[in-house]
Amino acid sequence: MELLDFARGPGMQWSIGIFVAGVLWRVLGILLLHHRRDLSEPRVGGAAPLLGGAQKVVRRLWPRKEFKERNLLPTALAYIVHIGLAIVVFGGSFHLLFIKNLFGISWPALPSAFVYFTGAATVAAGIALLARRIIDPVTRLLSNFDDYFSWFVTLAPVVTGLMAVAHFGARYETVLALHILSFELLLVWFPFGKLMHAFLWVPSKARTGYVFTRKGATS
Amino acid sequence: MPSELTLGESLAARGVSRRAFLKFCASIASAMALPPSVAPAMAEAMAKAKRPSVIYLSFQECTGCLESLTRAHQASLETLIFDLVSLEYQHTIMAPSGEAAERSLHQAIEENRGKYVLIVDGAIPLGDPGYGTVAGQSFADIMTETAKGAAAILAVGTCASFGGLPKADPNPTGAVPVSHIVKDKPIVNIPGCPPIAVVMTSVVAHFLTFGKLPDLDHLNRPKAFFGDTIHDRCYRRPFYDQGKFAKTFDDAGARQGWCLYELGCKGPVTYNACATVKWNGGVSFPIESGHGCIGCSEPDFWDRGSFYQPLPMSLWTNRGKTLAAAAAAGAAIGAGAAIASRMRQRKLVEEK
Repeated sequence: MELLDFARGPGMQWSIGIFVAGVLWRVLGILLLHHRRDLSEPRVGGAAPLLGGAQKVVRRLWPRKEFKERNLLPTALAYIVHIGLAIVVFGGSFHLLFIKNLFGISWPALPSAFVYFTGAATVAAGIALLARRIIDPVTRLLSNFDDYFSWFVTLAPVVTGLMAVAHFGARYETVLALHILSFELLLVWFPFGKLMHAFLWVPSKARTGYVFTRKGATS
Repeated sequence: MPSELTLGESLAARGVSRRAFLKFCASIASAMALPPSVAPAMAEAMAKAKRPSVIYLSFQECTGCLESLTRAHQASLETLIFDLVSLEYQHTIMAPSGEAAERSLHQAIEENRGKYVLIVDGAIPLGDPGYGTVAGQSFADIMTETAKGAAAILAVGTCASFGGLPKADPNPTGAVPVSHIVKDKPIVNIPGCPPIAVVMTSVVAHFLTFGKLPDLDHLNRPKAFFGDTIHDRCYRRPFYDQGKFAKTFDDAGARQGWCLYELGCKGPVTYNACATVKWNGGVSFPIESGHGCIGCSEPDFWDRGSFYQPLPMSLWTNRGKTLAAAAAAGAAIGAGAAIASRMRQRKLVEEK
């Protein structure tokens, strides 16, 4: 069995299996935890805490004005990475073939040139974010293996994907295999590292917003 | 015709003009991407060379390879193939049959021991000797015995090169390629289903001219013909680069000749010369006829999913079972972890 056959067959099967099992483990493990009931009288009652939770999710999409000067650039770069990934994954014609094969659904692809440009912009923004993380003493101190490895497994499929469409670096079958394997590495790492924020950031922000609003605190 | 004659003498005896021979050499040199100046030198070297004895064995095959060879569009080449070599044994096209045919095989082996070129067509079944026999001898034994005295072996077609269709899952006969049985002889693989005739002719011509086999890739294929992918040389490649893909075999894109990648074309991962040498008198090749490449010159091409399944698609088949098992396992572990946490909390509360 060659590398590409492994990547398209058993590699895909195991990585998606680990991804599904890992995500359910993490999500259910958190949701089913014992949450102590708040017996205090709510400062704000009714639907307000729920609204507060939703507001916090939305407000945290952009830095507060106190931190805007410091965080505007990294926030913008992070948006480029996230939106770029979404465009590449859900707009690229080759990826839509993969999605259709897996889930049986499809939609019109975006123009290839636009997807390739977006992929390149995503990589550039990702590299800028890494540089900032390393250069800034605060983020460097806060960073650990999880941050760097999550960065690597996120950008590796984009880089290898661009290499594959450009037929660059090695024989096409090797680069395509590396592209698929790098995506599989992303799937395997996803539930166990900080990439899990894709599933957890909304419930965690909403819960914090709910609790704070209930206590009458701004969030 | 006696093998003692040089190739030049035997061609002259058959009325082949020097001009025709030079044209043949020029076409071979061109096919192998050698400089044009090599053609006269090649003609001179080949004219002086003794016609090599060739034994052609057919095992688990469909005769498509031999059909490709004998019906090659280069008519002069077809003639020259049999003038170029002294074909001692080929049981489909030889005149003798039965014991006489077997005698000629053994005679050819004895008389040309260490000097003959062995051409093999078809895979060899190892599952049971009875799956393939000639005159009571198994294919594996014939292969081993004949290979011992060969100067070089040409495995013609994907079955002989990589096992091909007989080796496809579940491989009921235990079919193996030539390289699985013969380990101590130089083997040139010329895969394809069928292979391109001029590749075989060129390898023999190279052997006669330079006294050695041509440069081979990691799968023992001649680099001159298997150095590029079909995709690299495909006339539809610009459409791939522009992101223009046919979605069905009869849509507007297909009619405008757009890339067949999304219809399962295996051109990007298939190394062969179809896009340059072409078929049917140089008229076209499969992609030019509107069908994607099926990757027939690559190992295990039959087991790599549907011919119509694009390369990005997964080969993973039993999805429902795997996903259900993974979901059940993840849910059980997650619930177990939460329950364990609750019990630990309760214990801590009780201890206080």
